This record gives sequence, structure tokens and C-alpha cells, in this order.
Amino acid sequence: MLGWRPATAWAGLVSPATILGCAIVLAVRVPGHGPVTGYGGLARADALSAWILLVIGAVAVLACAAGPAYLAAENAAGHTDARGARRYGILVHAFLAAMAVAVLVANLGVLWVAIEATTIVTAFLVGHRRTRASVEAAWKYVVICSAGIALAFLGTILIYYAARQAGIAEASALDWPVLVARAHELDPAVTRMGIALVILGFGAKAGLVPLHAWLPDAHSQAPAPVSALMSGVLLAVSFTAILRYKVIADVALGPGFARTLLAGAAVLTLALAAALLLGQRDYKRMLAYSSMEHMSLIALGAAAGSRLAASAVLLHIAGHGLAKSVAFCSSGHILHLRHTTRIGRVRGLLGQAPVLAAAFGLAVLALLGFPPFSLFASELAIARAGLTGPAGLGWATAAALVLVLAAFAAMTARTAHMLLGPAPGRDGDTTAAVPAEGGGGGVAVPVRFGAAVWAPLAVGLLACAALGVSDVPLSSLLSTAAAITGGP
Amino acid sequence: MSTGTYTQLLDLACGVFLLAAVLVLWRRELTALVRLFAVQGVVLAAIAALSGIHEHRFELLAVAVGILVLRAGVLPYLMRRVLAASGETRETEPLVNVAASLLTAAALTLLAYAASRPLVELAPSPATRALPVGLAVVLIGFFTLVTRRRALAQAVGFLLLDNGITAMAFLATSGVPLIVELGVSFDVLLAVLVLQILTTRIHATFGGTDIDDLRELHD
Repeated sequence: MLGWRPATAWAGLVSPATILGCAIVLAVRVPGHGPVTGYGGLARADALSAWILLVIGAVAVLACAAGPAYLAAENAAGHTDARGARRYGILVHAFLAAMAVAVLVANLGVLWVAIEATTIVTAFLVGHRRTRASVEAAWKYVVICSAGIALAFLGTILIYYAARQAGIAEASALDWPVLVARAHELDPAVTRMGIALVILGFGAKAGLVPLHAWLPDAHSQAPAPVSALMSGVLLAVSFTAILRYKVIADVALGPGFARTLLAGAAVLTLALAAALLLGQRDYKRMLAYSSMEHMSLIALGAAAGSRLAASAVLLHIAGHGLAKSVAFCSSGHILHLRHTTRIGRVRGLLGQAPVLAAAFGLAVLALLGFPPFSLFASELAIARAGLTGPAGLGWATAAALVLVLAAFAAMTARTAHMLLGPAPGRDGDTTAAVPAEGGGGGVAVPVRFGAAVWAPLAVGLLACAALGVSDVPLSSLLSTAAAITGGP
Repeated sequence: MSTGTYTQLLDLACGVFLLAAVLVLWRRELTALVRLFAVQGVVLAAIAALSGIHEHRFELLAVAVGILVLRAGVLPYLMRRVLAASGETRETEPLVNVAASLLTAAALTLLAYAASRPLVELAPSPATRALPVGLAVVLIGFFTLVTRRRALAQAVGFLLLDNGITAMAFLATSGVPLIVELGVSFDVLLAVLVLQILTTRIHATFGGTDIDDLRELHD
């Protein structure tokens, strides 16, 4: 493999580790000292950026650590070659860079540019396998996301127009801190149009209806570590853009406008995700719809808007990022083991590959909201904030809880089908797929994996559980970040 | 330039801008779509140059030249290369026939005028009165995107959408800050490159670029 050695693959861990390191430095500094700015005010890191950057760093470390094992298996199966692996490495790091820029800029126009850049670099990652299905997914992804996010750009221009008419100088009229400080001067009618377009546009990238159709296709066709990054952090980064605009909207238009839009989008997305989870037959698509479910919970929490809800939203973003990246990375290994993504053809995983099955099962448990994982606490807090929140939101939350229960039942049944039952190769098992090379034809010996496979999964699960048990080291950052987006 | 001439030239440019978008719905040959898109790029550059001259901001002339090169030169060139490689020249029967498409375009233009009233009322001027034209092109672009079946026609729809947004930026605020403008142009260029490569791959794997053939993924 010319130019692609295991050492090169592991060198891919340097940049995620750097992102994580920078995020930790920011996380220590920002709560006490206030936002850090640089590059003539173009770059700006407040507590919200630091929190999201922490999530990006943590998920990126997991996904990039899972990368070498994934690529080795793809290579062995003949789905990619040294050139493909090299391009994969370059694109993944460009993707990480674009996301880091998106959370660290003060200028809302540059924020838009960075989020659109993530679409462009991930297009080829989605189409990495070059099969019919993956080319189709890549096309849908680029067309829907680019068109959707173009609407967000139109919204950005309208906000800029309103800001210029309010007398804000050209250089700072897209600066987020300036816009927040002077949001009450913006023309309400123009701002209303702008905010609606921004929520629609960035909502497309965050997997909210009505422009969500790319998500299940792209997440199911992308290589597993990329799915982990897209689902775990890209959705959250796009949603952070909505959170930033919501702060402007709450001052300029009162909290009702953005709340109505977000709550409506949340309930519709959740209804769609639950309906499609009920009949789901593909485990990667199941995880994709579960991402939509969690994004709508996050949108619901943002709609509630109180300080408690805001910190629950941020905690949920972190917990979902960690759990979903473990789930997607293990789904990649399941795909290599069984050569299918059909749930009906995966059975007895616990008997065949106990470690992998346990990681997948625990990640799904975390996504379902079981303690000790952090999604338990954040889902409870979002539900509480929604039910005790402003009038009208209670009904939306009640509807959301019913839909979450449906999604819960569907995911439990599907996952149980995959994990339990006789391992392939044993007597009486006719539904199982052809056993993989590791499984051996007809021999029910458990498949063993090296540390390159299980270590990232274990670390991710431990981190998610640790965040659920105690968020003390992060609590000051979390409360500072929640104060930025949450009301009183 | 007197205000009268400026207003007339601006209205002329905006008229041609809208007309080019409507003609995209009328023509079925893919080469004609590319040519119409190039014409629209020239007019868009003219709108940028006009607002630069009117407001005595001559850096906008440089932006106008950039727009001319990108939208009337580079992007049409890239699309012609896709056409030459695929050998397909005609749109298959669109989902909505031409007469209905043109009627829809008229309805969308009315909708754009109704929806952009608050935008005009905030700061009435010759330029902002033309804002509905930009919004109409955005809506027509969206309509093209969802009703056309050839990959290239969808890409033209996306670019119409983008042209409309850029026109609105110039009409409303004489353009966005330069760093944003640069970033947006770069993103659009890359997006078209990505679409070009994907079109080639669709052609290679599906044997044609009819988007209706893309039906591997569904629930």
C-alpha cells in the first residue's frame, strides 16, 4: 500500500487531538475570563463555542481512532485502495477544519461559508464507495443541503440588510456580538423573514423537516467513522448556528417567534422519525432516524429557552455525539462482519462477536436514554423544561414524549433482534447471512477484535457514562454556555 | 450617471435577469439552459457594477468583474464540459409541462412581490424596489430544482437560486462584506465542481443522468 501505512493512519489522530486540546484550554479559560477574540475580531470563542469545540474534539478523536481499523477492513474487502484511503484522510481533516471554523467565527457570513464548506467536503466522503446507492446519496446530499443552506444565506442577507438600515457599520453588521447588542433596533418585519429562512436553511443541515430527506441516505451510505462525525457533530454544529440566530431573534422579535418555528419543526421531525423507525429494516438508517429524533429533542429544548433547558440542550448535544459515534463506528464493524445492513439478516451478534455486540447494544441503550449515560439526565431536563415551560409548549412536549416512546419501542425491538438469537453457523439458523472470514464457515467461535476496534468504542461509552454520572469538571463551562443561549 | 439613467438601466438589467430565469423553464435543450445561465451572469455583473457606480463605491466594480468571470465564464464552461462528456442534449419530459411551468413562474413572481413588501418598505429606493425580482428568481430556481429530471438541469436550478440570492444582496445592501462574498463565490464554485464530478459518476454508474433513475435508497 504505497503511501498509506498504519503509521500514516494513526497520524490522523494528531489534528483531532489538537482540536480537543485547544477546546480544553478554551474551556478552562473562557468561563472565568470571558470570550477570547483573535484575527482582528474575526475569530471569537465564547463558552458556547468552547463547549461545541469540546464535543467536536471528543467525537473526532473517537471517529479518527476508529478510522484505521475501518479502512483496513474496507481495503481487505476490496471496497477501497491506497488512493481512496489517502483521499479519505484528507477529506476527513478538511471536514474537521471546516467545523472548527464554523464554531470559532464571530461573523455570521463566514459561519455560513464554513457550514456550506462542510457539505462540499463531505460529499465525496458520502460517495466514498462509488456504488449506485452511495452516488445517489451523495447527489441528494449535495443538492438538498446546498439548496437548503442557500436559503439560510438569503436569511443572513436579510439580517444584514436590517442591520445596515439600523445604522450598524458595514464591517460589523454581520458580527454576532454587535448584532446581539443592537438586536432591538432591527426592523421586525425583515428580521422575521430572515430568521424564518435561517431556521429553515440551517435546519436542513441539522436534519429538521422539511429539508431532511438527505439525512438517512447520507448517514447510511457514508463510511462508518464519517457517519459518526456527521451525525454526532455536524448536526450539532448546524444547530449551534440556529442557537446563535435565536438569541438575535429573541431580542428583536420576542421569544415567541423562534419558539413556534422550532417547536413545530421538532414535533414534525419527531413524528416522521418515529414513523420511519417503526418499519425500519436497515440498521444504519435506524441510527440515522434516531439522529433526527435526538435533533428534534434538542430543537424542543431550544424552543423552551430557559436556562435549564439551554444547559440540557448542550448536555444532550454532547451525550448524543458520543453515544451516536460509538453506535455508528460499531455498525461499520457489524457491516464488515456480516456484509449486510439489513436488520433481518443480522442475528445472534452477541454470540458471534460479544465485544462488538456489547458496544453496539450499550450505545443504543445510551441513545434510548438509560442511566448512567448522560442522555438520561438531559432528556429528563428537556421534558421538564418543555412541560413547565411557556403555554403551548406543554402540548408539543407531551406529543413529543409519546413519539419518543414509539421510537424507543421500535429501536429496542430492532436492536434485540440483531443482538440476540443463535449465532450464525449453529444449527437451525437459516436467516443468518454468510459468515464473515473471521467467523469461519460453520464454526461458532466468537470473533475477536484487536484494541484498534474496541478501544475507541469503550472510551466513547465511558465518556458518555462519566458525563452522565457527574459533569462537575465541566459545570462552570456548561452554565456559562447555557447563559449565552438561554433566557433567565 | 443621473438618477434617471441609473434607474432605467437597473430596471432593464433586472428585467433581463428575470426573463432569463423564466426562459430556463421554457427551453428544453440543455445547451440553451447553460447559455441562459451565462446571460444571467452577465446581467448580474451589470447590476453589481451599476450599484457600485451609483454609490461611488468603485471596489464593487472589481466584485462585478469577479462575478462576470465566475458566473458568465467559469461555471458555464464547467457545465458545457459535463454536457460534452455525457452526450445528452435534451431534457426528458419534465415533471410539469412547459405551459404549467410558465404559469407557475408567473404565480411565483406575484408571490415574490407580495412576500417582499416589508423589504421594500424598510428603505424604498430604485434598487430595493427591484428586490422582488431577486426573490422571484430564487423561487423559480427552487421550482426548476424540484421539477427537472436531468442532473445538469437540477444544477442550473441551484445556480439560478444562487444568482437570485446574490442579486438580492446587491439590490438590498450593495453586496455583502468582501470576505463573505469571496467565501460564497468559492463555495459555489466548489459546489458546482462537486456536482460536475457527481454527474460524471452518475453517468458512469447509472448509464444516464436522469435523476428518476436514482431510486436505490428509500424506506
